[in-house]
Amino acid sequence: MAIAAASSSHADETSGIADRVKESVYAGLLTLVLCIPIVLFHAEANQNDGTLELLWRPVAVAVLVVLAFAGRFAVLTFKAAPKRERAVAVAKPASSGLTALLTWGGLGFLLLFPPILVVTLGSSGSLKWIDSYGIQILIYVMLGWGLNIVVGLAGLLDLGYVAFYAVGAYSYTLLATTFHLSFWICLPIAGILAACWGMILGFPVLRLRGDYLAIVTLAFGEIIRTILINWTAFSGGSAGISSIPKITFFGLVFADRPGSFDDFFGMEYSPIHGKVFLYYVILALALLTNLVTLRLRRLPIGRAWEALREDEIACRSLGVNTTNTKLTAFALGAFFGGLAGSFFAVRQGFVSPESFTFNESATILAIVVLGGMGSQIGVALAAVALIGGFEMLRELTFLKAIMAQVFGMDDFDPTQYRGLLFGLAMVVMMVLRPRGFVSTRAPSIFLKERKSVSGDLVKEGHG
Amino acid sequence: MENFLQQLINGITLGSIYGLIAIGYTMVFGIIGMVNFAHGDVFMLSAFIALLAFLFLTKVIGLGFLPVAFIIVLVLGMTLTSVWNWTIERLAYRPLRGSFRLAPLISAIGMSTFLSNFVQVAQGPRNKPVPPMFSQNFQFGPPGHEVTLQYKQIVIVVVTALLLGGFWWLVQKTNLGRAQRACEQDRKMAALIGVDVDRTISITFIIGAALAAVAGSLYLLYYGVVSFSDGFLPGVKAFTAAVLGGIGSLPGAVLGGLMIGLIEVMWAAYFSSDYKDVAAFSILAITLIFMPSGILGRPEIEKV
Repeated sequence: MAIAAASSSHADETSGIADRVKESVYAGLLTLVLCIPIVLFHAEANQNDGTLELLWRPVAVAVLVVLAFAGRFAVLTFKAAPKRERAVAVAKPASSGLTALLTWGGLGFLLLFPPILVVTLGSSGSLKWIDSYGIQILIYVMLGWGLNIVVGLAGLLDLGYVAFYAVGAYSYTLLATTFHLSFWICLPIAGILAACWGMILGFPVLRLRGDYLAIVTLAFGEIIRTILINWTAFSGGSAGISSIPKITFFGLVFADRPGSFDDFFGMEYSPIHGKVFLYYVILALALLTNLVTLRLRRLPIGRAWEALREDEIACRSLGVNTTNTKLTAFALGAFFGGLAGSFFAVRQGFVSPESFTFNESATILAIVVLGGMGSQIGVALAAVALIGGFEMLRELTFLKAIMAQVFGMDDFDPTQYRGLLFGLAMVVMMVLRPRGFVSTRAPSIFLKERKSVSGDLVKEGHG
Repeated sequence: MENFLQQLINGITLGSIYGLIAIGYTMVFGIIGMVNFAHGDVFMLSAFIALLAFLFLTKVIGLGFLPVAFIIVLVLGMTLTSVWNWTIERLAYRPLRGSFRLAPLISAIGMSTFLSNFVQVAQGPRNKPVPPMFSQNFQFGPPGHEVTLQYKQIVIVVVTALLLGGFWWLVQKTNLGRAQRACEQDRKMAALIGVDVDRTISITFIIGAALAAVAGSLYLLYYGVVSFSDGFLPGVKAFTAAVLGGIGSLPGAVLGGLMIGLIEVMWAAYFSSDYKDVAAFSILAITLIFMPSGILGRPEIEKV
């Protein structure tokens, strides 16, 4: 009996492998069929007369088919492996030590980032790191945190978030170029204008159900962009507006001339001073976003947001004014989007509708989704990984060499693959870990002891 | 008057294409209550498949007779796009049944981003022009006031009408259509009486993709050019059409498509072509806010 059981389990295993191979072959064949038109053939315009010609790419197809086969086999093997007892999602005491270390360590690192770089790499070597890594990532961290209020806390999917970013950027640009106001006066005005737009747009749409709301916000985002493109007298059209006034430090500009910041403090002019200042400005703005969110979460309004996300009908029956609650989340998210937009304009010195496409909204949404909707630290980490990671990939020259050798792609640029991987990551995330990488929640109120709650215990948005 | 007639013809042609895409949105919404955000990009992908199939037939095989080539392109495009959409449903949407409410939509947005970037990487960012097909036209009306009717417009409207007829028969008269309508009314009940719900949903995605593929080929035929970003705007407009006609309603999708096509063309002709997209987006927002059940849709009942 025991032998029979053993042999049958053995038979199970071998037939398991055969099944897995069969399944993987199917996956490979499916990939082949999917690839046949779109990857195998490549339509390229002829240099001379512009007509399209077909080129072949059999190697790329072969690589993709093998990848699909291997990937499917790995997934099946992983699934077939004897399952360990899955950690049951229970409320356990929050590991406050690690969280505190991460928070304060990260904060310290962010504060010391520019001086360390300037000392180690010199002022010209660190320019790139501070500008295209530090500032760029922090803008997305701030946008992610702003959108997190709307999507992560209140559970409203906003696909037009970039519209508020645009409102902020154009507010500063137009106020500064027409009325010659300083950045520091325009910044709060831009935020408030964006929040007003949030209210105006939010008021009619917030009684819609989740996915309709998403589509309408998308429509509003596109309407604002189309208006910016076509109303040339107002916004400069698709050419955009350039020569936006630079940021000032208590009235001192960052330039190589008498009366500038460098001159005032008796330093030799260096472009790094302005960049470091911009870095600290966006760091302060991002931290402000985070601080406001963290504090608001403990107030009744913040708890109402999260309650609304979990169950709207229960909220309504308990007497929560859902319209006002949604509207505050929407307006606050828009406010921070406006601040970030205004910073974007002063940093770039140039705005055009090109910067505010739906792709930008999708990128910010990807950051929030991958970070774990509602988790502040997760969103920050996702922004670092997605934005910084791809800037890093661009530096890898050997990757370029490999791609040129194997696939014959001479002009390989990893940033081309950014959208591709963002999209794929969003899908994989929804399938595998719909609560994001950082899926534990620290409850904002507790009885005796703060316990972290696994994301599995809370269901989001049912109702 | 002749201008109006001309725009009417152009609008109906464009509207047929939107209507074909809109059916994909409305069927998927009807059966699993999800806005299939990636459908516009599936349409764009199908236009690329049609382009490549057309080039393969004419350049590699050397098929010279256009109507035959066009029919083969249509069939190939429908088949391959269906395989794509079936795979997408399997990988990105099916595991999410029973997940939280926004999960399928976020997954679909991810899929949409993936598809447009995938095509951009695979086929390059530039526009792909094809040589004009069926480019003859004939004119009618009194001298000085002629209205032009292009052959390709006739092809588009005829193909759409034939396809919609076949599709109508499929949904109304076959077992498959009955299963589909049953799932649309109540998925749990349909499962209890022996309808394979998963299979029915898969087939819904396949039919949606096949119709979108025809729309893709017709789009390529009509405009003669396609680029990787062409999924977004037609996708949103077709979704607007589905919403305007009443989401979940199949005749509504066709009606909505024709209306959106006419509105867009008339708006561009009589007001401003710069703001024609604003017109579509505004209709989308206004319909959803003030008339969420559309023209032919049933009002939604919220079950607690």
